[in-house]
Amino acid sequence: MLEAPVVIAASLLYLGLLFAAAWWGDRRADQGRSIIANPTIYALSMAVYCTTWTFYGSVGRAAVSGIGFLPVYLGPTLVMSLGWIVLLKMIRIVKANRITSIADFISSRYGKSHGLGGLVTIIAVVGIIPYIALQLKAVSSTVSLLLSYPEIVMPHRSATIPVVADLSFYIALILAAFTIVFGTRHLDATERHEGMVAAIALESGVKLVAFLAVGIFVTYGIYDGFGDIFDHAAAQPQLQHLMTATPSGTGYSSWFSLIILSGLAVLFLPRQFQVAVVENVNEAHLKRAVWLFPLYLLLINIFVLPIALGGLMHFAGQGVDADTFVLTLPMSQRQEGLVLLVFVGGLSAATGMVIVETIALSTMVCNDLVMPMLLRHKRAALDESKDVSGLLLNIRRGAIVAILLLGYLYFRLAGEAYALVAIGLISFSAVAQFAPALIGGMYWRGGTRGGALAGLSAGFAVWGYTLLLPSFAKSGWLPGDFLTQGLFGVELLRPQQLFGLTGLDGISHCLFWSFLANIGAYVGVSLVRPPMVAEATQATLFVDALSESGQGGAVLWRGRAQVNDLQELVGRFLGPARAQTAFAAFARRQGGSGSSGSSGDGRPEADAKLVQFAESLLAGAIGSASARVMVASVAKEEPLSIEEVMHILDEASQLRTYSRELERKSRELTAATLELQAANERLQELDRVKDDIMSSVTHELRTPLTSIRAFSELLRDDPKMHLADRERFLGLIVGETERLTRLINQTLDLAKIESGRADWNGCELDLKEVIEQSIAAISQLVREKEAHVEVDLPDNLPLILADRDRLIQVMLNLLSNAVKFLKPGSGRIRVTLALLADGLEVGVADNGPGIRPEDQQLVFEKFRQVGDTMTAKPSGTGLGLPISRRIVEHFGGRLWVESVAGEGATFRFTLPFAVVQQPAAVVPEAGTGGSLS
Amino acid sequence: MHRRILAGDRLIAAFLTGCALFNYPLLSLFDRPTEVFDMPVLYAYIFAAWALVIALMAWAVERPFK
Repeated sequence: MLEAPVVIAASLLYLGLLFAAAWWGDRRADQGRSIIANPTIYALSMAVYCTTWTFYGSVGRAAVSGIGFLPVYLGPTLVMSLGWIVLLKMIRIVKANRITSIADFISSRYGKSHGLGGLVTIIAVVGIIPYIALQLKAVSSTVSLLLSYPEIVMPHRSATIPVVADLSFYIALILAAFTIVFGTRHLDATERHEGMVAAIALESGVKLVAFLAVGIFVTYGIYDGFGDIFDHAAAQPQLQHLMTATPSGTGYSSWFSLIILSGLAVLFLPRQFQVAVVENVNEAHLKRAVWLFPLYLLLINIFVLPIALGGLMHFAGQGVDADTFVLTLPMSQRQEGLVLLVFVGGLSAATGMVIVETIALSTMVCNDLVMPMLLRHKRAALDESKDVSGLLLNIRRGAIVAILLLGYLYFRLAGEAYALVAIGLISFSAVAQFAPALIGGMYWRGGTRGGALAGLSAGFAVWGYTLLLPSFAKSGWLPGDFLTQGLFGVELLRPQQLFGLTGLDGISHCLFWSFLANIGAYVGVSLVRPPMVAEATQATLFVDALSESGQGGAVLWRGRAQVNDLQELVGRFLGPARAQTAFAAFARRQGGSGSSGSSGDGRPEADAKLVQFAESLLAGAIGSASARVMVASVAKEEPLSIEEVMHILDEASQLRTYSRELERKSRELTAATLELQAANERLQELDRVKDDIMSSVTHELRTPLTSIRAFSELLRDDPKMHLADRERFLGLIVGETERLTRLINQTLDLAKIESGRADWNGCELDLKEVIEQSIAAISQLVREKEAHVEVDLPDNLPLILADRDRLIQVMLNLLSNAVKFLKPGSGRIRVTLALLADGLEVGVADNGPGIRPEDQQLVFEKFRQVGDTMTAKPSGTGLGLPISRRIVEHFGGRLWVESVAGEGATFRFTLPFAVVQQPAAVVPEAGTGGSLS
Repeated sequence: MHRRILAGDRLIAAFLTGCALFNYPLLSLFDRPTEVFDMPVLYAYIFAAWALVIALMAWAVERPFK
């Protein structure tokens, strides 16, 4: 079943599936419904960390050093727990500055330096090539293994066959083609590849499933569970050393160095930087990745040791390479389906790594190595070309092919001599050299371009001398006595015992010396001189990325540039149509044209914000350093001094602080103002009521006082007055005094009601009972007028909520008013009670003179007594109706009058039912007494 | 804001726990030729510690703060 056509068909089918996933991802991204905007996809894409090194190499490593395969997964776990802090900051910086690669990151941090970006790119390419070779080696040896099925034949050295007949060569070419189609379909200003991420996440799933399947098969199929494997292994003394932590004699120092190296690699490998930082859609996704990615690492490692032990026991003495156990164990059991699944899993691990890594590297090569060279040497050609986006894409395609061919070259010349893991560690040690400049740059303002250059160069040189050259020497490229005798025969310079340092394994040895040189040079050179303007500016933007001043907004540019020039410039690199769209969108966001007036010839001049926007667009396409150079070429710039830059940044951050402070203050002020306003209105209202009452009262008091005084004077001045007259006058005086008392009481009562200080005793009342009680109280007056009272009061009406005494006060008022205007003898009063939808209505009708329409509102005003004041002496206080109306309104009702002049008047009021009227509306205050009356 | 600071502090605590658990000298305590649950004690220890650190991290970021 596993003949060549099947293997090739399965591989191509699988690659086709990846392609479909990528195409779908891109399409969804174009439609704005990103499938990778999902924290699980994000975490899975980070698992591109697990390459064939993990898939095949972990077992190989475990077969030699037991649990020694684990530290390279523990390191990333530890780093992810800091991911929330470090990765978040990196993501913020990358998004704010449109950074597209790790080279761009470092170059941008140290003042957008071309030299630094180039150096980082060279280190990355040189460091990663062995790693790519590792993938080629794994794929080509698994293909050879499969093709010899059912025999298990270890692949022979490629170096002995010509290139054209070498399978790995064609694998490298296929991978290059595949990567080109994947990663360089179009040029994106943010260098994001949604389709690629979708495919990578799918691959992570496939390789995990495949590895778990082999693990379960070996553990539970060939053996009888974990216990069985370990029992068998325990019986073999030569496997005992695999169960302890100190297998190779280097012990814990090696373990510790691997944790550090892998922790740094998971941040700084170009492919990890690409998926974790550049391709991050939403920084909230970090939250799940923080634990899901380590969980993935744990799962893919559970079966490593059982497979290694199983392989060692199964193939004891057969010369089968432990790196191939994952594949050869199912092969030996004739599990063809599983073999194919494992092969596809390994292919996933290899293609995932190669695709992302070469895309990331090609971006770096294009933006930080080739572009600067073109800018320097072919500037004229670049300036003439209208659209160089095609050129950029071709540079990247060329870089992809070149990188893969270099990987092939390394594999062919040196790869065979090494196990998978050893090759990978060389790469880890190389990218770890980025750590001081990058982490230092994110947290230390003092780092300078010179320091970063010195640190990176020193670290890279030491790495090359202590790790890369020895790997060449071991492969036979260099004379072996270079290792044993040292450079030029100087023993102190032996690359793996530099200056006589012994007791460390090769990786720890390199880590120590390279970091000593790297950090030492970085810090030392940085401290020689203060940062220049560009460095200090970028340092502030990077170091403060999570705080106020780092969040953009500050405009750090001064000069003159024209909108057309900028748009044309951006269009040359991104394509004119995309530039047009981007500029239009920017203008819309800014709510204007993005220009600040126009220059003399009428062409619009760009403001600083637009210039920065154009530069960031360009930075996405050609790197920040080249973008800086290009923008400077079309603008007349005035350099800012360091004081000005710091001033602007300070101001921007202070402005934000101030504006936040201001907002808070203004919110507080608004609240306080509202309270004050309410209090003031209330005061004014009270004042007005007081004034009203005072002026009315003084006026009203004068009338009875005048009468009293007049009659009293009459009595005093005429001692001989008749007794009858005397009694009449005294009666008048008493009557006026009573009126005066009533007036004062009612005035005070009204004042209390109006100011809201009246006491109310709300309770549920039967209105009928209240009315009957009121009619009984007024019966004497009615009899005096010889009037007749009719009542129409139905039984069993719902209760209403009101103050009993107050309600009686209203009823008495209405009834006495009615009686007052009746003609003696023929007067009729009719009291009715009716049921409404939401309450009760009381009517008090009389057949008196009635009230003219124009007076019907006036009767409810204070101190207004309608009627002919010339003929009729006022007998009321003019306060009864206003008070009644206020009482009724207080309980949620209404009081009005209906009347036709000459036909009597009907006063009506309504009160809502008790159940509808919430008790809260009637606030019974503590210590309630009755009204003042 | 408090939420983020607390999550950050918890993650740093998980980091320090991991650093201690995954390294010498705690590691050496389990570096002996005995077995627990049918597997070498060192192997069992590392995976248990690893799972614990991951659980701590998940708890730090996913659990709602009261």
